[in-house]
Amino acid sequence: MEIHELEQISLRIRKNIIEMLCQAGSGHPGGSLSSVDLLVSLYYTQMNFDPKNPKDPKRDYFVLSKGHGCPTLYSILAEYGCMHEKELCTLRQYGSKLQGHPGMDKGIPGIEVSTGSLGFGLSVAVGMAIGSKMAKRPNRVYALMGDGELQEGSIWEAVMSAGHFKLDNLCGMVDWNQLQIDGKVEDVMGIDPLVDKFRSFRWEPIEIDGHDFKQIIDAFKKAKATKGKPTVILAHTTKGKGVSYMENVCDWHGKTPSQEQADKALNELK
Amino acid sequence: MVETFGKKATRHGFSDGLIALGEKNPKVVAIGADTACSVLINKFAQKFPERFIQVGVAETNMIGIAAGLAVDGWIPYAVTYSMFATGRPWENIRNTVCYSNLNVKIGGSHSGITVGYDGATHQALEDIAIMRCIPRMTVVVPSDMVEAKKATIASADIAGPLFIRFGRESEPIFNKEDTPFKIGKAVTLREGKDVAILACGSMVYESLVAAENLEKKGISAKVVNVHTIKPIDADAIVKSAKECGAVVTAEEHQILGGFGSAVAEVLVKNHPVPVEMVGVRDTFGESGNPSELLKHFHLKDADILNACEKVLKRK
Repeated sequence: MEIHELEQISLRIRKNIIEMLCQAGSGHPGGSLSSVDLLVSLYYTQMNFDPKNPKDPKRDYFVLSKGHGCPTLYSILAEYGCMHEKELCTLRQYGSKLQGHPGMDKGIPGIEVSTGSLGFGLSVAVGMAIGSKMAKRPNRVYALMGDGELQEGSIWEAVMSAGHFKLDNLCGMVDWNQLQIDGKVEDVMGIDPLVDKFRSFRWEPIEIDGHDFKQIIDAFKKAKATKGKPTVILAHTTKGKGVSYMENVCDWHGKTPSQEQADKALNELK
Repeated sequence: MVETFGKKATRHGFSDGLIALGEKNPKVVAIGADTACSVLINKFAQKFPERFIQVGVAETNMIGIAAGLAVDGWIPYAVTYSMFATGRPWENIRNTVCYSNLNVKIGGSHSGITVGYDGATHQALEDIAIMRCIPRMTVVVPSDMVEAKKATIASADIAGPLFIRFGRESEPIFNKEDTPFKIGKAVTLREGKDVAILACGSMVYESLVAAENLEKKGISAKVVNVHTIKPIDADAIVKSAKECGAVVTAEEHQILGGFGSAVAEVLVKNHPVPVEMVGVRDTFGESGNPSELLKHFHLKDADILNACEKVLKRK
């Protein structure tokens, strides 16, 4: 797929996110918007996933460890045909399949496991990668983490084990937008030097601009070609990317736009 | 005398059961957390090295890896000391395994006070409580080595999360190979009419001894082995209460939130009768020899007998 096509998809996803969150009246715009380009690139250039056969044992796995970013995933899965686009506006509402954080038991194809409690997704991805290797299947496993999420100790248990088991079928991604609920990640609890940390845990780190499609796709290619160790794509992103008044503003982590604010955002996303 | 067939720890039954499962089902996988030799999954590891995963001292990661393996179609048994298999990763068990309804089996070894010398930090006395309160979780507490093996083999047939609790210490074997076992179905080991003793785990044997001693005093005690705490066999509990009019529960676990509470939940809704509960009384354990600890914490047949006499006065 050409980069200009990916850009168009990302634009649609961002519009959906704004509309969904405005309608829902609660949710997480900042970290949803920052991860759009990463996930669009993943789903449209890498993932072997057929919504008509969502339990195909040969499928690639994706785990949204930062479960609060689910509007992005829901929106991509709707584009994929895993649900009707109309369902997106039911996000977080009573009776909806689109829970505030992904619930696997709601039966949306492509939601492999419930996530939302931070720090657990990478372990699940490690289990999937070990299982795939035991079964000698060539599929790949992807997991998206937030940067604030890396403060969870369980993440580093998982990081240590993936390096130990040489899981070269595993590709981690960090949505490195540098903000979390209480402020800047570096002020709340510093995670640097991230590249060195992953390298010392026997991973191959790739540092990129998480909004540059060429860099993202090149990183995925490099990850695929890396043998004997897992890869992590450390993607510098902008929280609230694409909506001027949300960009790099911590407050938009967990606040939703009013109708007026949403209209302004949708105007910008043209 | 209660008929017994030697003594062996329930962890041996789990270990044997896991190997039997491994032979039967190539999807069965074991995960250890640096205690494989103590919880005896090292035998599975020796037999099926390609299906054994060592995660080191990292129980939260162990549960997450088990979850990923379950998504990938395996039947993972994540096994370590019950304190660390259930307590440390509790939220991962709730939010990842149970909320996703994954086919993850958690083996909790070295449970109860009888882990002995290691002391309070290693004596899992709350594991039944914290596992049974999670939706979708099945909780099984076998009463001896023979039943532990049967329970382990049966656990693979339950589609979904399951916790099986077993212990380190050698304990009398009284179940036979042909004693029926079905998850969720309590087993009446002795009929009686005055008082019903409902017990799980190591307390089942103590209950049988108590019932014999009660008989000498002219009291007829029924003994029911409630090996499955969840889903609990409500019919068997209500039937016992109706037959005897008084109930004693016995568990090697905290009374608060544990097996006794589970029985009481059934009785208050369906057939309230006087209940006395034998178990650890809202306190931490101690280091010591297992048998002296059982006495210290009032977990012996004599304590069950006393509870029966007490509950009879309330009838």
